Amino acid sequence: MSVTVRIPTQLRPLTAGEGEIVLEATTVREVIEGLEGRHPGIGERLLDESGELRRFVNIFVADEDVRFLEGLNTPLTQGQSISIVPAVAGGC
Amino acid sequence: MTSVNGLACRECGRAYPAEALHVCDFCFGPLEVVYDYEAIAKKVSRASIEAGPLSIWRYHELLPAHETSTIDLRAGFTPLIRAERLGEELGLTNLWLKDDTRNPTGSFKDRVVAVALAKARELGFKVASCASTGNLANSVAAHAARAGMSAYVFIPSNLEHVKIAMTAIFDLKLIAVEGNYDDVNRLCSEIASEHTDWAFVNVNVRPYYSEGSKTLAFEVAEQLGWRAPDHVVVPVGSGSQLTKIHKGFLELEKVGLIEDGGHVRISGAQAEGCSPVTTAFRDGADQIRPVRPNTIAKSLAIGNPADGWYALQVVRETNGGMGSITDPEIVEAIQLLARTEGIFAETAGGVTVATLAKLAAEGVIGRDECVVAYITGNGLKTVEALGDTVGPSVVIPPTLAAFSEFERDQEGAIS
Ligand SMILES: Cc1ncc(COP(=O)(O)O)c(C=O)c1O
Ligand SMILES: [Zn+2]
Repeated sequence: MSVTVRIPTQLRPLTAGEGEIVLEATTVREVIEGLEGRHPGIGERLLDESGELRRFVNIFVADEDVRFLEGLNTPLTQGQSISIVPAVAGGC
Repeated sequence: MTSVNGLACRECGRAYPAEALHVCDFCFGPLEVVYDYEAIAKKVSRASIEAGPLSIWRYHELLPAHETSTIDLRAGFTPLIRAERLGEELGLTNLWLKDDTRNPTGSFKDRVVAVALAKARELGFKVASCASTGNLANSVAAHAARAGMSAYVFIPSNLEHVKIAMTAIFDLKLIAVEGNYDDVNRLCSEIASEHTDWAFVNVNVRPYYSEGSKTLAFEVAEQLGWRAPDHVVVPVGSGSQLTKIHKGFLELEKVGLIEDGGHVRISGAQAEGCSPVTTAFRDGADQIRPVRPNTIAKSLAIGNPADGWYALQVVRETNGGMGSITDPEIVEAIQLLARTEGIFAETAGGVTVATLAKLAAEGVIGRDECVVAYITGNGLKTVEALGDTVGPSVVIPPTLAAFSEFERDQEGAIS
């Protein structure tokens, strides 16, 4: 099914400046695979060597952090929007 | 001269120069200062430190700013006090309090701000800024005034009155934001990317800022006669202070100043109304779930703690414990500390003392362990939190008869 992925500014150099990408995926993992297929290099920015989501990368499905859903296996529904958001850096 | 090699990402290890950078371009992890410990070990000795100034700058070799650029309000080298009466109440025989209420602006934040702004000036910044739960705002405002820098300080609009007054007095732009600390922090990270010529102490110069908390470990070890305590209790907001106290003890061992830095057990204190780290600790979780804070301990009200994960790791690895303290327990603990030791702490101190008491009662802290509790802020800042629990014992007309009657009532009450 087709979903919309929002790309943060920090990763747009890898997507030729595109901020929104529509692709076919049924899970969050497939979203990342789809992004990597189109824009090689983006995958390693999101996943670490063991294939886990990097600690300071957040992915939201319908405004909920996937860490509190089913992680990379979180299922997606038709037309859903997925946001990739680096953790707010800083803070006292 | 300090022996700084540069910055490195805590997550992926990529190296960066020692500039105003705080996030890894590659993986978004936080950057941390890297030192040449061999060079430092050759330069420092117990004697060289003891001959230094009575402030955090006696440890300048282990800090990331040059001493010549220091902005000195004399942060640090606060008293370490033996707490026999409080210890007796809690069943602890070797209890000490690090009294950081006595810093220039009344909290441990003077340590981190002194380092951050020294580095900021060295890098050529003329404007200081921060997102704050209050104490940081006080300290940035005062140090910026002293340094002749202008300042933009961002706070949640519901802060305690004294924290607002104590910041505004220093003549700066004080921006009260309608939202909680996490909202203010998010806003500041956006503003920081617009105003790259501002030194945001807890955003773009954060790697230097956070190093200042190591001095809380350095001083305690020196004040105990160059040895590490067995156990420390530290309040947790973002988790930066706790993480850096741990690093401080390890560094002292690394450069040969103490032998037992790696054995210190580290426990963390949070308020029940904002305890994401304690919750993760109790659940054995490997993620910190952000919360919406609701507690009188406003200085610790950070629902999405930047260093929460690292603090959790430290507590687990060192076999420490975590507390979560309700609002009435915070007030009781502020009173207990005042009544037994003559120290008036802010709400964060109440959270710390109540956690100390709980961990002692649960046996997590051993009866004869050498324990240090960090009392990080002054009680004058959070008088509102005490509500009507403080006031005169009686109000009388100016006559001897009235006072005698009061005394008789007292005797009656006692017998
Ligand atoms: C008095 C006091 N103690 C403790 C803390 C928590 O420090 P950290 O955010 O480094 O965990 C703060 C934070 O503002 C504070 O003001
Ligand atoms: Zn990195």
